Formats: sequence, C-alpha cells, structure tokens
Amino acid sequence: MDQPLTLQLFVPRDSAALAVGADEVAAALQAAASAHGMVLHPGSACATPTAATLVRNGSRGLFWLEPMVEVATPAGRVAYGPVAPEDVAQLWPVLLAEAEGRIPGTPGEPGSPGQPAPHRLRLGVTEQIPYLVLQERLTFARIGISDPLSLDDYAALGGWAGLRAALQAAPAALLHEVTHSGLRGRGGAAFPAGIKWQTVAGASAAQKYVVCNADEGDSGTFADRMVMEGDPYMLIEGMAIAGLAVGASQGYVYIRSEYPDAVAVMREAIDRAQADGWLGDDIQHSGRSFALQVRMAAGAYVCGEETAMLESIEGKRGVVRAKPPLPALAGLFGLPTVINNVLTFAAVPLILANGGQFYRNYGVGRSHGTLPFQLAGNIRHGGLVEKAFGVTLRELVYGFGGGTRSGRAVKAVQVGGPLGAYVPEPLWDIPLDYEAYAAHGLVVGHGGLVVHDDSADMARLARYAMEFCALESCGKCTPCRIGSTRGVEVIDRIVGAAKPAAAAGAPAVVQQAQRVQQLKQVTLLRDLCDTMLHGSLCAMGGMTPYPVLSALNHYPQDFGLAAAGSPTPTGTAPAAATT
Amino acid sequence: MNLPSALPVSKSSAPSGSALLNSADAARVDALIDAHRDMPGALLPLLHAVQQALGHVPGAAVPAIAQGLGLSRAEVHGVITYYHFFRQAPAGRHVVQVCRAEACQACGGEALLAQAEQLLGCASHSTRSDGAVTLEPVYCLGLCASSPALQINHKLHARVTPQRLASLVAELEGL
Repeated sequence: MDQPLTLQLFVPRDSAALAVGADEVAAALQAAASAHGMVLHPGSACATPTAATLVRNGSRGLFWLEPMVEVATPAGRVAYGPVAPEDVAQLWPVLLAEAEGRIPGTPGEPGSPGQPAPHRLRLGVTEQIPYLVLQERLTFARIGISDPLSLDDYAALGGWAGLRAALQAAPAALLHEVTHSGLRGRGGAAFPAGIKWQTVAGASAAQKYVVCNADEGDSGTFADRMVMEGDPYMLIEGMAIAGLAVGASQGYVYIRSEYPDAVAVMREAIDRAQADGWLGDDIQHSGRSFALQVRMAAGAYVCGEETAMLESIEGKRGVVRAKPPLPALAGLFGLPTVINNVLTFAAVPLILANGGQFYRNYGVGRSHGTLPFQLAGNIRHGGLVEKAFGVTLRELVYGFGGGTRSGRAVKAVQVGGPLGAYVPEPLWDIPLDYEAYAAHGLVVGHGGLVVHDDSADMARLARYAMEFCALESCGKCTPCRIGSTRGVEVIDRIVGAAKPAAAAGAPAVVQQAQRVQQLKQVTLLRDLCDTMLHGSLCAMGGMTPYPVLSALNHYPQDFGLAAAGSPTPTGTAPAAATT
Repeated sequence: MNLPSALPVSKSSAPSGSALLNSADAARVDALIDAHRDMPGALLPLLHAVQQALGHVPGAAVPAIAQGLGLSRAEVHGVITYYHFFRQAPAGRHVVQVCRAEACQACGGEALLAQAEQLLGCASHSTRSDGAVTLEPVYCLGLCASSPALQINHKLHARVTPQRLASLVAELEGL
C-alpha cells in the first residue's frame, strides 16, 4: 500500500478561497492526515510527489465552489467543493480512495451495483467541468493549476518561454509581435498596446519606466488580483518583456492597499525571480537588465487613472494630470513610461512564446484575443470566465452564470465597472467587442459584470454613482468635482418629486405642476451629464454619466418617471468614452 | 526624488495642538525616514511604514517626515489626508470593514453594513467611544463573485449571511 504516500491534495490560497474558509479546510485536512498517522508536506503541483503533499494552488475561478479541494488521481485531478472544514473527516477516506483510482462516477449518477454513490461534493475531473471546458483560457491557463510561487511549476507549465524568446530578439521585433497581436489595453481604455510601446521605444531618455496599473478598484473585477495571487511570474515576465522592448530598466507594480495578499505574493515572487536570474542586472546572462518593485497604493480610487497613479508613485496626492504630454513621453518622474494594466502585461508572454498571430486569431473585429470576464454580484455561478471577444452577455450571465443567485429575474447588468453602463435585457445579445459595444453607448471596459436582480432600485444606483464620484473625485476639474455633488441633488429632486405627485388626493393641477418640475430636473440631469462627459479631465467624471444615464434611459420608472415617452434606449446614451 | 532639504523646517515646530511623539515612537519614525530617504517617490512607502509601526500616522510625525524628505509640512499633510488608507488617529482594537461596492450591494451589502452598525453599536466611518472597534465602509475587497464581503482585523470573509456576521461579531473579544 504505497499509494497513500503519493497522495497529492490541492487547496487554493486565492483570497476569495481564503475568505470562505480555505485555510480552515487545509488545517482540517492536516488534522485528518495526522489522525491517520500521515503528514501532508507542502509541495508544488508539477513535481512528482514522493510523500503525501498539500499544494496551495491558485483558484480555478469557480468561486461558488470554493473552497475547492482537488486530489490527484490516475484520471487527472478530481475536484470536491464547496468543502467546509466539518466535511473533511467524512471526505478523508474518499480522497484516499480517489487517489488510488477507486472512485468512479459523477454526482447525481447512482453508483454501479456494489458501489456507493459518489460523495455529494464530488465535481468530477476538474478539467471536465463544463464551466472550464467552455472557456478559452490563454492568460488564465496556469491559474488554479500551479503553486503560484513555485518557479518549478511555472517553468514546467510553459513559463519564461516568452522572455526567453524576447532575450534573443531585437526590440523592433518585440514591438512588431505585440503590435501584430492586436492586444489592446485591458484596463478599460483599450488602446493598442503595441502603439503605446512604440511611442516609448521611440523616445530618447537616459531612463525609462514600465509601470503596471494594479489599482483594480472597480467593483465586479478581480482578474488582476487572481493573476497577482495565482500566477505572479507571468506578470513579472510580461513587464520584463516590455522593458526589453522599450529600453526601460526599472518597473513598478502599483497595487491597491485593499489587496494585501496580492502585495505579499508579488513581493515574494519578485524576490524569487530575482534570485533565479529572471530579474536584475543580467537576466539569464544576457547582459540585459530589468528591476521591479511593488508600490502599495493607499485607497484612492482615482489612482487607477494612469496619471493620478504616476503622481501617487512619485509620492504626491493622486491628482490627475492634464494630457498632453502623454505618459509615454513624459510619464513617471517626467520620463517616458509604458503604463499598462495587469491583464495587458499578463497576455504578453504568450504572445512572444506563440507569436502575435496566435493571439490575433482569437476574437472578432478589431477586438483581438481573449478577455477574462468577471461574473459578479447577484449571480449563481460567479467567477472568472476567459473567452475570446464576441461572446454575448446572455451567454455569460445565463450560460455560465446560471442567472441570479437570488433566483429572481435579472434586471440589469453593469458592464465595465462602476463607470460602465447598466445594460438592459434587449441589449444582451450584442457581441462583447469594443466597437460593437461603443456603437450602443456601452463600454466593455475590463470585462467586469455586476448582475442585479429585479429588486434593484436603479435610481438609487444612479445616485450612488454620483455619490461615489463626489467622494473619489481628485478635485482637479470642475465638472467632476462639483458636477457629481449637483448630480446627487438633482437625482434626489427627481425621485422626491415623484412621491407627492403620486400621492392620492392631490388636485390635478398640483400633480401637473410637480410633473413639470420633475421633467425640468431630468433635463438638468442630462445637461449636467453632458458637461461631465465632455468637460472632465479623465474617466472618473467623464464616465460617471454612463451608469447614470443608462439607468435613467432604460429604467425611468425607478425614477418615478413614466416609461412611455421616455427617450429611446440608445438615442441619448453617451457616444464615446473619454480616454 | 532626492530634493534638496533646503526648507527651513524645524523638527521642534510641531503644529500647535498636536501632541509630541514619545521618544520611542520618534526614534522609530526617524529610523524609517532614514530607511526610505533615498527611495524615489518615498513618501507613500514611508507613510505605509509609519502606519504599520505606529498604527496610524500621528500629526506630530509630520514635521520630521517633511524635513527628512525635503518636503513642506503642507505637502505631507496633503498626502496623508488625500488617501483613505492613512489614519490620523489610532483605530479601535478591532477594525471591521464592510464592502459597499455595487457587487456587494446587489447581494445585500447595505443591509449588512446596517446590521454591523447595530451589532457593534458603532456608526460607520467611526470608532466607538470606548475604542473597542472601528467600523468602516470600504470600496471593493475584490471578492465580487462571492458577495457580500467584509474584512475583520485583516481577515476576509465572503458570502456573509446575517447569521455569519452575528457569529463573527460574537467572536470578537472585549466588545
């Protein structure tokens, strides 16, 4: 009986797994092991275990099934979840049998004669779970499989192939591959990464910088966090390639303070990569150098805007800079700087390893590659779904997400973060593609989806968008600083006017006067949104009108307005995003 | 940046009304200033380090920080007050942070915050008068697929039900 010795278990260390008790489950597994005279050693995913091991992997991103315990079997890794600590005692013999290949079947199927039915938490072979099978995981290919900090796992699963190729190539060739891949900024603005890199490469300066914007402050987004916690070397590799391509020797990762786990994993990964010769003065004896540092943000949402982030890294208040000059020419400390989002840099190693054409072949129109969509809010199967561009909201929310968690009807889906529009049901079949969405006054943004059920009050959410903008505005430009506060007041007046008008017994003439007042306030709100949209320095004020106007246009009844005679759904929606 | 420290800022000219640091804390702040002085863009990392060491960034530390980095006191004060993360006063012995971003709102986050206010006897954005607990709404803990979420003393909790919140609060000592 040497099988139990090679028992290999996996319990995720992603903070979304920790937040539902993954550490407690890991401890319960250790306790069960020791009760059976065994010890679970720490281990990595790809090494052949010589003793019973417990690997702390990243999350597969099926968050309704976390904590998900996996066990290596002759048929591949088999998953159980969501596992509570109190399930472990009962699960322990099942996991041992599973490791020996003695458990057939899937949940719901009765066991064959003489065999008990599978354990109620058994999910089957992990890689055959439909939620995963139906994805196109390029950026997330390793996440959930490997031990995030294991350099052996990273190398065994294709890591460093992009950087190895980059070290052999001239900067012009790197720029060509990234440009040809069609990769666009995944932070929301969707600017072609290759063009930005070329601008920085073409600037002459003694020092240039590469800055990763990991200030993932938007509600409904967690893909950046999953990359940093689940595959940190991929981000390091992508940033190092950017440094080689543009001639920058110093990089910074600006991570929000609300992500202490991501900060800790990135810092540890940078130290290990440096010790292993993948960062530092002489990368893999190539004579090229790239150094990387983590900078922790301090809870200002607007620092997710790239110029405010630069100010913050420089040690100042995170106030937005007017452009031009472009950060590509005069960025961090006034020097040429590549700024990209985590997911943008994370896509780069694969592009260098497999070629730009490989990446370009995914997607539709001018939206090439894949986007890690984040299914969040009131959704049954919330999690990470990486798909090529062109998938629809309906496929994501119903096909993957299974509708609302509350079981009620879906009322609205906010796409692209708190500055994205609320998308109503008639628009759920538009392909998620930057241009197709923009044509309808919507934004794909970073692919975060927040689902609201029919109990949501859209007027209240619109008010919240204005309130949030007032709270988080850096204060530099007037439309954002003042407009947001006026916006809260105007929405209050619209909603407030509806109540007495609806009250029974008021004379018709009074009701009529109140309705006129209310419509005046609606005009004022639209005018205000127009000013914010066109007059703000950055997306904070410039895009707050998206959730506000989409709520007003598609859900007028929530504002106490008659649905009839309201503007057409797309007619008055904002036409284009600010940069 | 290594700006010349030419500004005539005296360590002794602490703003009126702010208490002086005790000598142990002053020594810790001075050591942290020395450790960060040569770092480009040192102010945020230094303020993080001071808050980590002392639990908050006392007003009395501002003159030394300003002089150490060659900044004006106003610049340092401006940065401390701009960022939500930096505390100018000590937090309560327990810190409870409830997410009120849209994804959590879609799953009852607002009701959870109201429940926390009631259970803790503490209004949000404040520290209870006995110093036992600080309650803060936060904007996004990054657990949006497992809403509603909150954090208690640096430990994250997701898919929090009213019952779960009640038992988490009951586990807090000295409330």
